[in-house]
Amino acid sequence: MQEQKLFQVTKPGVLTSFQDLGRTGYQQYGVPVSGAMDQVALQIANILTGNPRGTACLEVTLIGPELVVTSPTPITAAITGASLEPKRNSKPLPMWQSVRLYPGDRLTFGRHQAGVRAYIAVAGGFQAPEYFQSKSTDVKSGFGRPLEKGQSITGFPINAKPGIGLTSAERPVYNKSITVSVIEGPHTGAFTQEGLDRFYNTIHIVDANSNRMGYKLISKPITQKDGVSIWSDAVPFGGIQVPKNGAPIILMADRQTTGGYPRIGTVMTADLPKLAQLVPKGEIRFQPIPVEAAQEHTRQLETYLHNLETFYQNGIC
Amino acid sequence: MDYDIQPIGDTGVKVTFKGEVAPSLNRTIRQFCSSLKKADIPGVVEWVPAYDSVTVYYEPHRIRFKEISKKMEDVHDKASDKEEMASRLLQVPVVYGGKYGPDLERVAMQNGLSPDDVVEIHAGEPYLVYMLGFLPGFPYLGGLDKRVATPRLDEPRGRTPAGSVGIASEQTGVYPMESPGGWNIIGQTPIRLFDPDRAHPFLFRAGDRIQFQPVTEEKFEVLKHQAANGELDLGIADDGETD
Repeated sequence: MQEQKLFQVTKPGVLTSFQDLGRTGYQQYGVPVSGAMDQVALQIANILTGNPRGTACLEVTLIGPELVVTSPTPITAAITGASLEPKRNSKPLPMWQSVRLYPGDRLTFGRHQAGVRAYIAVAGGFQAPEYFQSKSTDVKSGFGRPLEKGQSITGFPINAKPGIGLTSAERPVYNKSITVSVIEGPHTGAFTQEGLDRFYNTIHIVDANSNRMGYKLISKPITQKDGVSIWSDAVPFGGIQVPKNGAPIILMADRQTTGGYPRIGTVMTADLPKLAQLVPKGEIRFQPIPVEAAQEHTRQLETYLHNLETFYQNGIC
Repeated sequence: MDYDIQPIGDTGVKVTFKGEVAPSLNRTIRQFCSSLKKADIPGVVEWVPAYDSVTVYYEPHRIRFKEISKKMEDVHDKASDKEEMASRLLQVPVVYGGKYGPDLERVAMQNGLSPDDVVEIHAGEPYLVYMLGFLPGFPYLGGLDKRVATPRLDEPRGRTPAGSVGIASEQTGVYPMESPGGWNIIGQTPIRLFDPDRAHPFLFRAGDRIQFQPVTEEKFEVLKHQAANGELDLGIADDGETD
């Protein structure tokens, strides 16, 4: 594989960054995991272009970038995730399937329709700085930067077959009002019964001031018992921490490795994509789930992605 | 049982050790981690030691909660309290006060001490690294003398330089990189705590002890220059466990 030009960034979009499945193995040294917010959409984009599932993609947020194809030869790409009206030379570009882009093509995004984050994969993968075996951008830790105007994006294009796609029934639907399942703990005992009741029985609104680190929720105060203090511990993707003010924060991809606020529970892995795609001001309801049942969902998701990968590997090659 | 096992979502398990957070509990945690490493459990991705717990992340399609909980019991049973846990003593040079420690005078004043008293107390005894977090390579240190404890700043600073040594309530720590922050900054070390391009990117690990060494501004600048050129010998010593 030879490194060559892929795109020139004519507009960077509001937040476009390289993301893969994150930087695991270094959390004990305080290195955040980071990675794609919607890891299912990222993996499907890769599968459709014939890449290994964890290959770095461009994560596009709400207002997409404008990219001009600078590669000397056609490239195969796929866009998944949020519907942000992708266009090639002003004509709608289908999502959830591999497409061929030609030298000089102009890739743009239009109005926001559903979801928050779209993923652009190119067959062969992007070139991006790698830190601790990951290309995920994590500005706070000093790992990479979001796209900038004028930047040249390179990669290792391979000639994969276009037209590989999901049927419309297989494509995820991103709602503005979602219910997510929560594995309780580890600090359930720190909350009052009233706090727990409010958490599970009322609607929470995602504050507009939410980002890749965490979603702030507007809720009836999730009250804690008096005098409870906890020791800082490791915090997972989807962990729901509640500071003293009673307003929960769901920890997302760019969370710190550890935290010192009591956590009421953790969103199950299979529900993280719909959370990642929930628009600001969107509504969340929480329901408890036993860990065993949550793991059944995670296993089914893994089986689905594995089968999809196997199916298309046979189709592409 | 002297520990609890809880699920952390569907991809984590937290082992919480009972007892007071102290060097002896930290030693138990490090012995557990050593046993965990030896166990080499398929499906385990990584683990994060903290003040009174270890959280182990795993892949639920390879191992389920019930099985990993059982494995944690085995790991705990096999952890030996006889095992010598090497605890390194690291000398960390710090220039206190002036432009390097803009909050030193206020920390002194708020505690009814002179700036020299604060330096003497802060650099007096070694600190134990209980855990790393907040930023890559940031050590949570235990053992700050209550006489210099100072509440966080009301308004966090937009920019705290890399190497800044700070106090927040009864904690002290060192910023591995430039970052916004609400800690009272009393000095700065020229040593780079975190450098992704270095063979050993992280200076500290959980269980280390850190001894701050007051240095002059001149010495600081020399050391900083050496550190930037990779010429600084960090003098990392293995001195065995001294709990």
